[in-house]
Amino acid sequence: MKVLVAVKRVIDYNVKIRVKPDHSDVDLTNVKMAMNPFCEIAVEEAVRLKEKGVASEVVAVTVGPKAAQEQLRTALALGADRAIHVQTEAPVESLAAAKLLAKVVGEEQPQLTILGKQAIDSDNNQVGQMLAALTGRPQGTFASEVEVDGDTLKVTREIDGGLQTVALKLPAIVTTDLRLNEPRYAKLPDIMKAKKKPLDTKTPDELGVSVDSGLKRVAVEPPAERQGGVKVGSVDELVDKLKNEAKVL
Amino acid sequence: MSILVLAEHHDGQLAEATAHVVAAAQQIARDGGGDIDVLVAGEGVSAIAEAAARLDGVSRVRVADDAVYAHQLAEPLGDLLVALSGDYGHVLATASTTGKNVLPRLAALSDVSQISEIIAVESADTFKRPIYAGNAIATVHSEDALKVITVRPTAFDAVGETGGGAIEAIDNGVDNALSSFIDERLEQSDRPELGAAKVVVSGGRGMGSGENFQLLDGIADKLGAAIGASRAAVDAGFVANDMQVGQTGKIVAPELYVAVGISGAIQHLAGMKDSKVIVAINKDEEAPIFQVADYGLVADLFEALPELESKL
Ligand SMILES: Cc1cc2nc3c(=O)[nH]c(=O)nc-3n(C[C@H](O)[C@H](O)[C@H](O)COP(=O)(O)OP(=O)(O)OC[C@H]3O[C@@H](n4cnc5c(N)ncnc54)[C@H](O)[C@@H]3O)c2cc1C
Ligand SMILES: Cc1cc2nc3c(=O)[nH]c(=O)nc-3n(C[C@H](O)[C@H](O)[C@H](O)COP(=O)(O)OP(=O)(O)OC[C@H]3O[C@@H](n4cnc5c(N)ncnc54)[C@H](O)[C@@H]3O)c2cc1C
Repeated sequence: MKVLVAVKRVIDYNVKIRVKPDHSDVDLTNVKMAMNPFCEIAVEEAVRLKEKGVASEVVAVTVGPKAAQEQLRTALALGADRAIHVQTEAPVESLAAAKLLAKVVGEEQPQLTILGKQAIDSDNNQVGQMLAALTGRPQGTFASEVEVDGDTLKVTREIDGGLQTVALKLPAIVTTDLRLNEPRYAKLPDIMKAKKKPLDTKTPDELGVSVDSGLKRVAVEPPAERQGGVKVGSVDELVDKLKNEAKVL
Repeated sequence: MSILVLAEHHDGQLAEATAHVVAAAQQIARDGGGDIDVLVAGEGVSAIAEAAARLDGVSRVRVADDAVYAHQLAEPLGDLLVALSGDYGHVLATASTTGKNVLPRLAALSDVSQISEIIAVESADTFKRPIYAGNAIATVHSEDALKVITVRPTAFDAVGETGGGAIEAIDNGVDNALSSFIDERLEQSDRPELGAAKVVVSGGRGMGSGENFQLLDGIADKLGAAIGASRAAVDAGFVANDMQVGQTGKIVAPELYVAVGISGAIQHLAGMKDSKVIVAINKDEEAPIFQVADYGLVADLFEALPELESKL
């Protein structure tokens, strides 16, 4: 079966972002970019399915600017067979990303599509669910275990109270949670080989999707900073402060 | 236009978070007008519907009682919301794993955007939400006819329970041929729910093992606290996934948060830095957690915790 993996270019998770002084947006100049960590988990899962002989082909797709090709090359180095770049320099909001991915799903007809549960820049947690709705495919979100069984997919999901297991009729959409797997690192020879793997480029126009959105970002502000506190010298002092100063005990 | 709130419920009980989402709905109604309806979908949910009807500000509780909604699977619940949404200008849910699972389906099928995890209502069409792990707060304006919104419950004070909304059954049997429920392994605990607890005591990798988490039990007992954890502690298998606090876990904002053996990575801070009072216990005085802690104790947790328990 064919597996499609959606990957997004985001700031590296170690970067603490700053807001621009004019409060128009966050400042991304010279910030280190990387593949969204949840997308790394998605690629890893797809590649493992191929190694187990369950998947026959792994296709990576991204929607984003020219530079997002770096993340597609990373996916190829990690084991994807080919890549599709839906190239646009415009900001792409979740609904538009889902519509574009739905077109790609329509063209590629994967049995399984794997996305991250959330992109760590917008923290939206929407695209996989929207893609499932738009393609009429069932969804297994926040997956910590995935098992293909004939034409059924068993997905164990991390939910607020614990774990839930559902059966989905393939073709289906899955979004990854942190405990699904531990992604590998790309090895140098694989990074070299990835440069020769096929990478197709399309545009939103060619796919017939407008990236306009009903949402406008009016302002971006820094959060209220916490005042630095004090160090206490002993457990006694801590208990005293909590009782008599903070009055929370 | 009216506002619809999707009720969150577990084990036959209305979740506290719903009262916080109704509070957000009241703020929207104050600017844009409209009644507030609550949708209770599930199987055998009449007691939940009665609890929802008591929430202040609720005009009407619409009840879809059907086996197809029993486990809150996204596909049928999404279809139900789509069928009802024509009556509403806003549909709200808590930013729980259920709300996050279902609401984007309604948005996509209605061809509108979703606004995730709002923390403030500026007006009926403008909201604030954290982005980049809470290191920036975006003000977002929506021009969509239907506004689909998830709400961070800790950012809104719960409404009271002195209301008397009408309860009305909806007869809407949607089918679900796409997905089915197999089983659920829910963590049993007598402690308060993490998201709603007044006090949270969390352990990190520094706890060293799952067994050592017992050191937190006595303290949590004395404080009536919920127990949380860092991602590292969950990944290491010390505790269950539902205890993870952070950007990609649960967001908490208790009166008192005690972080033990947690370094204070930005992803962890994103989940707890709105707590009123933060205490950190860590043996490394350089640990970043001390930058947000009101009271920091540089100490070995294996000595500090038993002493703390005895002195509370
Ligand atoms: C009102 C508003 C204004 C914005 N303005 C700007 C702006 O000016 N500049 C800017 O840079 N950003 C802007 N953004 C942010 C950007 O549009 C978001 O990244 C966006 O919402 C895309 O989806 P997501 O990251 O939220 O997806 P999520 O639902 O959080 O991501 C889940 C998963 O979906 C998949 N996915 C998501 N996006 C893609 C993609 N593009 N390609 C492939 N797979 C994907 C990945 O597998 C990912 O792990 C704005 C967002 C909003 C809401
Ligand atoms: C995509 C993504 C999402 C993430 N989401 C989350 C999230 O939601 N929540 C989250 O928490 N993390 C999250 N993380 C992980 C985060 O980056 C950190 O790795 C994690 O929070 C570290 O956990 P920790 O503080 O317990 O461990 P460490 O960073 O290893 O810190 C352990 C601390 O314990 C202290 N210590 C050790 N022994 C003792 C002792 N005997 N007495 C006292 N102190 C001691 C040490 O000094 C140290 O400060 C995420 C990461 C990524 C990439």
